[in-house]
Amino acid sequence: MTPIPAIVWGVSLVATLLPLVIACPLFVSIILMLTGGKLPARATTLLVGAGMGLCALFAVISAYSFLTGPDSLGALHVVLWNWMQVGNFTAQIALSLDRLSLVMMLVVSCVGFLILVYACAYMYDDPDIARFFAYMTLFVASMLLLVLASDLLAVFVGWEGVGLCSYLLIGFWYGEQANAVAARKAFVVTRVGDALFLLGMLLMATAVGSLDIPTLLAVGPHAPSTTLTLGMFLLLGGAMAKSAQVPLQTWLPDAMAGPTPVSALIHAATMVTAGVYLLARLHGLFVLTPAAMLACAVVGFVTILLAAGSALVQTDIKRILAYSTMSQLGYMYLALGCGAWHAAMFHLVTHAFFKALLFMAAGSIILRVHHEQDIFKMGGLRKDMPWVFTAFLIGSAALAGLPLITAGYFSKELILGSAYEVSPIFWAGALFGAFLTSIYIFRCVFIVFWGGHRTHAHGRSGMAMALPMAILSVLAIAGGWMEMPDAIANVHIFSNLLSPVLGALPQEHGTSLLIVGSLVPIAGVTIAWTLWRPRDVAPTPAESPAIATLRADWGFDTLYDRIFVRPFMVLAHLNRRDFIDRFYDLIAALTQGSGQAIARLQSGQVRRYAGWIAAGTVAALCLAV
Amino acid sequence: MNAADPNGALIVAVILFSLGALGVLVRRNLLFMLMSTEVMLNAACLAFIAAGNRWHLADGQVMFIMIVAFAAAESAVGLAIILRMHAAGRATLDADTGNRLGG
Amino acid sequence: MNIVLELYGLIAIGATALAITRTIPVHGLLYLVVSLLALACMFDELGAPFAAMLEIIVYAGAIIVLFVFVVMMINLGQPDQLREKGWFAGGAWIGPGVIAALLMGLLVYGTQRSTMAVGTAGTPIGPQQVGLTLYGPYILTVELSSFLLLAGLVSAYHIGRRIGGKS
Repeated sequence: MTPIPAIVWGVSLVATLLPLVIACPLFVSIILMLTGGKLPARATTLLVGAGMGLCALFAVISAYSFLTGPDSLGALHVVLWNWMQVGNFTAQIALSLDRLSLVMMLVVSCVGFLILVYACAYMYDDPDIARFFAYMTLFVASMLLLVLASDLLAVFVGWEGVGLCSYLLIGFWYGEQANAVAARKAFVVTRVGDALFLLGMLLMATAVGSLDIPTLLAVGPHAPSTTLTLGMFLLLGGAMAKSAQVPLQTWLPDAMAGPTPVSALIHAATMVTAGVYLLARLHGLFVLTPAAMLACAVVGFVTILLAAGSALVQTDIKRILAYSTMSQLGYMYLALGCGAWHAAMFHLVTHAFFKALLFMAAGSIILRVHHEQDIFKMGGLRKDMPWVFTAFLIGSAALAGLPLITAGYFSKELILGSAYEVSPIFWAGALFGAFLTSIYIFRCVFIVFWGGHRTHAHGRSGMAMALPMAILSVLAIAGGWMEMPDAIANVHIFSNLLSPVLGALPQEHGTSLLIVGSLVPIAGVTIAWTLWRPRDVAPTPAESPAIATLRADWGFDTLYDRIFVRPFMVLAHLNRRDFIDRFYDLIAALTQGSGQAIARLQSGQVRRYAGWIAAGTVAALCLAV
Repeated sequence: MNAADPNGALIVAVILFSLGALGVLVRRNLLFMLMSTEVMLNAACLAFIAAGNRWHLADGQVMFIMIVAFAAAESAVGLAIILRMHAAGRATLDADTGNRLGG
Repeated sequence: MNIVLELYGLIAIGATALAITRTIPVHGLLYLVVSLLALACMFDELGAPFAAMLEIIVYAGAIIVLFVFVVMMINLGQPDQLREKGWFAGGAWIGPGVIAALLMGLLVYGTQRSTMAVGTAGTPIGPQQVGLTLYGPYILTVELSSFLLLAGLVSAYHIGRRIGGKS
């Protein structure tokens, strides 16, 4: 690691600010944990706002100085300290900033800041507000560590940290058993992925001898190809569990049990995209293992369709959004599998904007209709809350990818084009997924905002909730304009930004693909209007066994329940008097028994004591003589 | 002065020591237990003196003086305890009644 | 063999055996005095006249007198004598007897395994020699025993403080 020249002002500034970006939220979290909820709600929100504001500000400043600095094409390493040194293996706590982690850092800190500001209003009346923000800020700190760490081992620390915070926040309202069960499920399912990730990491460490990502990318290609493939498969497995991809997707819909800002931050914008970021970070190795890439693409492809199908029949507004998140993450995995790193990262960014927006809008609705989440019990909310309606509409349009005016359109087109390069089947499936996406999200829009009133909305969303939504609305529209196909306009800000890290953008595709991709969402919206436009009778969810299966995530939950949970429960039940414990009980009983026996020697009678002393003397003499 | 046999003196010391130990173990009266302790101390003295005679050194007698000092201190404290017990109403001086430290 | 020494030894053993089996404390103390005097004679025979004198003056003269004082103060009577007899009943001797016998056997075996040569019939070790040794190499021990005596004095005073007084 070369020492950072202190002369260059910009670079040393970045080196100073980068640790602070992580330290700010961590510090806030520690304060909130140590005060143990004694701070009043106002002080808590001020503290969180200040901490996250500083975090976002530092992130922006360091991003600016990095890009204007001399190192802007490479990477900047800030070694904080040596973590461990075992033989030839060294692990460092080091941060590295390159253009890829810069993008991700900005997304996490800025979107995180907006969501936390929103959450300050959303959670203001909750008695446990301090605990909530302690977890949330800890999450942001872990996520930033995950993003910025230059060593896979430190990445893993962040990886586990976000998993822990996800668990804690899903079960935030632990008073209800369903929430606690959902949290446990999320934890256990992602743990499968964490185990795979750890195995993959250890395999790479043994094969390469280092977990430093630059070293890994430089030396990794010389490793045996089977080892490499196995390692990448394991890392892919870890990423898939974190991103709720088939077959480890079952935890995400249940994770909606947490407060809505949690869903916006963790289960839409940041944590679930950690796997995508990780694979993009390791793309130099990933590209060498075609089998793993194919698997990644297939997983993404299957997830797009399964999740979109489930989203089509959900009745809970947050579950619709959860399935749409899975489906959109599927697009990112498809893009990664097709080698379209730019497309995956671009979609990650735009998705963070519009999905956070959708969740915030959904949260505002839920808050104002007395925590009702069933869309069939809402209706006609367009007039009650016009601004929330606008925000939700913008988010839905971006999700559906309505042409030209939304961010989602451009990122999705980029993915579709790359998928067509690899296989027309992927392209067709993804296109069909886009079609389903526009149907299910506008089904939700039409049922919630049109038609007659079926619930009473009260109150107003305050400034702290409106402002983040307004900013994200702008981003959900304008965010796409930084990367456009040549057929529309020659703008490539995003891909030019990432090209030094991810390589040049592949060749453009024909305009015909673009036209088809533009027409499909419009067709989807039209169909949604035909099916769910306001009528005289209130809409009711369609019911049939097939739909019930679809709604229950294609029966994955039942399947896992049958093959994993129940046998495990049976085993646990059989062994409820743990036979290994018997052994330890025996030791305890022996200790207790002998203790009691020896205690009896202490009779308090001085003659007995004298007798024991004499007997002991006799015994000692027997040994000595 | 005749030649003394330290072996015989040692055997006497051992027998006296065992008698003292027997007295401590058998007697329940604290007064007799203290007396038996004195006997044991005397036995130890005798062993020291016999050894001093064998090696013709003054150290044996020095140790004897130490033991006498120790015996004086010990019997002073022991007798004070006996008086205290008697004054507290346990006139029998039965060692077995003082078992409140039993575990 | 020194017949005189053995004789004194026998007297000491007999007197001690009688001392520890008496039921009346004063009788026991008198036998103990006899035993101590016999021991003093043994010390003299073993070439330690100074120790013999100390044995008589300090042990028989001071410590045993202390015992006698206590016996007088607690004033045991006829019922105590009967009770003491009751405590001697049969079984009480078995366990202690076995242990004491074992102890004696082992010690005799241990001391006689390597028989000491008969001491040189040298001159007795007088008080001067003892004093030089005592205040020479053993000065630290002397100081320590002064601590011990002080502690004994203080604790004896503390324990016996309220006797006869108010509670």
